[in-house]
Amino acid sequence: MDDLGEFREDVRAWLEANCPPEMREPMRDESDACWGGRNPVFKSEAQKHWMEAMAERGWTVPDWPTDYGGGGLSPAETKILKQEMARIGARNPLMSFGISMLGPALLKYGTEAQKKLYLNQIARGEIRWCQGYSEPGAGSDLASLQTKCEDKGDHWLVNGQKVWTSYADKADWIFCLVRTDPQAPKHQGISFLLFDMGSPGVSTKPILLISGSSPFCETFFDDVQVPKDQLVGELNKGWDVAKYLLGHEREMISGMGLGGQSGSLGEALGAALADDPILRADVARFDVDQLAFRAMSERFIDELKAGQAHPALPSMMKYAGTELNKARHELVMAAGGSNALEWESDRSKKGKSAREWLRTKANSIEGGTSEIQLGIVAKRILQLPGA
Amino acid sequence: MPLYLNDDQNMLRDTARDFMAAEGAIPKELRHWRDKGCGDGFGHALWKQFAEMGFTGILIDEADGGLGLGHVEVGIVLEEIGRNLTPSPFLVSAVAFVEALKGTALRERWYPGILSGDTVAALAIDEGAKHRPEAITMRAERSGNGFKLSGRKQFVVQGASADVTLVAARTDDGLTLFAVEKDARGLEVEGVRLADASIGARLTFGDVEVDADAVVGEVGGGEKVLARALRAGRTGAAAELVGVGSASMDMTVDYLKQRKQFGRLIGEFQALQFRAAHLYSELEIARAATLKAQQLLDEGSDEAETMVSVAKAKAGRAAQLAVQEGVQMHGGIGMTDEYDIGLYMKRDRVLNELFGDPAFHADRLARMKGY
Repeated sequence: MDDLGEFREDVRAWLEANCPPEMREPMRDESDACWGGRNPVFKSEAQKHWMEAMAERGWTVPDWPTDYGGGGLSPAETKILKQEMARIGARNPLMSFGISMLGPALLKYGTEAQKKLYLNQIARGEIRWCQGYSEPGAGSDLASLQTKCEDKGDHWLVNGQKVWTSYADKADWIFCLVRTDPQAPKHQGISFLLFDMGSPGVSTKPILLISGSSPFCETFFDDVQVPKDQLVGELNKGWDVAKYLLGHEREMISGMGLGGQSGSLGEALGAALADDPILRADVARFDVDQLAFRAMSERFIDELKAGQAHPALPSMMKYAGTELNKARHELVMAAGGSNALEWESDRSKKGKSAREWLRTKANSIEGGTSEIQLGIVAKRILQLPGA
Repeated sequence: MPLYLNDDQNMLRDTARDFMAAEGAIPKELRHWRDKGCGDGFGHALWKQFAEMGFTGILIDEADGGLGLGHVEVGIVLEEIGRNLTPSPFLVSAVAFVEALKGTALRERWYPGILSGDTVAALAIDEGAKHRPEAITMRAERSGNGFKLSGRKQFVVQGASADVTLVAARTDDGLTLFAVEKDARGLEVEGVRLADASIGARLTFGDVEVDADAVVGEVGGGEKVLARALRAGRTGAAAELVGVGSASMDMTVDYLKQRKQFGRLIGEFQALQFRAAHLYSELEIARAATLKAQQLLDEGSDEAETMVSVAKAKAGRAAQLAVQEGVQMHGGIGMTDEYDIGLYMKRDRVLNELFGDPAFHADRLARMKGY
């Protein structure tokens, strides 16, 4: 057996011993995810054990260096770990914007001290991060953001407002885009700042969405003082960090195209299609798209790990994945008929289908709208002319 | 195995790309034979060159004189064929036919000619306007030492110039595949020019007698043989469709960067940018699905059949979008015979029908998934 074969055997045995049966059940919804943090909320002992066991091996972030709390695995080994986890249906042990967004940016742009401190915390699930990007006047045109950050000698002083901050009310720290040079052209006066959401002057207000849930907040900064060493990358060069991080965010959101459950939708809907040939046909076409996209996701990750992916490819993945996920939920609603319209009943698990359907409508807006992604693909990959 | 080409495969792609762009180019092959009204629809000299390049032996085992490579490598060549609309018996002869004969005694009879580029093979499966291999009605009755075949076949690609045609027919023991030679008595061949200038054929079998040794594999064992041929043919057609779609998109994107209207390059218009970017996305997904199907076939995976249908359906739809957007975005010039984009539209249409269209494969996927 070759080395990778042995590695697979080891992984399989370790997962068998350490992944509790409960953590091999599919997540019912977002609330089943483990987010870690300073005051972690675990739904069960099994969930806690699973996160800690994986963190202990560095496998919450298998491909990060061991110095920063990672598993130090090669791309091939990481793929094997993911395959073996998928094989037994193991849940993601730790959902984290630290892992999926901030971590990669820190690995590229952070100082050694920043990497040592923050990455280790992220890997162990000790700090829950949120993302301060969008503002009321800066959505698709993100670079026009206005949150002010002034150099006060021994600290930064932050004033302004963010919006669509995911789970800001539950997060411990924020990675935030701020304007450090109001005179410079808009892309050149932005910096990338990290700070504690417990700092005096930070407040959050959840936004009630059409789905009835509030995963996003408005976030206000009123004379927030931030230590000087918490700026990432160079002063006024935060847009580079922001764009790099957005690539990773898009990658994460594109994963939603797999709908959490990557199998066939028709297989899951089964009987609902039996007497509806038109819907069955729609679902079959969807399954073609979904299974093809699953192959694309695999290819994308493989190319990314090998350094072969076009830097703008995450935009394509985000576009395709989120549009697919929206299509999936439209079909689920159609198959569910009037049962799927129930909003509060226990029978409908408190409107699970309808609420998830509505939630997916944000997928093609958050992290850059589908139209923004198409524009990026057109310009950066196809090299079409224009601003 | 990572889902991208390895170094050897990249080298093969470079070779195939250069070769096809030089030798299989549209003016040199497709237009040349079309405008001559050639009854074969392809050039035999190029088929010999394919053999010299080793392409025709890709799927043939080394023990049988081939290269012993797989569906990924075959797909690499087919994508370049698709890009150049190169008329060639490659897909049917060197891919589907060769796969069908794998492990059978008939290898020795037919592989040498495929390897040397002297033999052209065809597949006779369809009996109606649509691909319905499960509904084959053609009969083969036992007669003396062999069988008598009677019935009709259509959409037999290269059937008018094939030295041997693989024919699917029902015997009392079940579906059976026969390798029927071109001069068989009672076989009527009507060459039919298709929209893309390729030649299909309608075959009429009037008690055509064949020996028992024309049976591919076992009598009644045709399902397995046919499945092998179709898996390879469908995946290969998907790869060719990816090539057709990619070349159409490249031409179209180039055009968007050159054509000016209202004092601006039309590629500056968001209405066209978004459509071009969506097309790119669909084609990349189709490419990934096709490569995945090829890899699974090469691994002998149980999941291969599912992915083969996904790939054929997805590549078909993506290429269809590419040629439709291609003609539309070219405007009036896209409607002219002089300009190549319309040739891509015609080829796409034929390849979409070959071995099952996207609706057939979506339905097949649904059945495999139990709904």
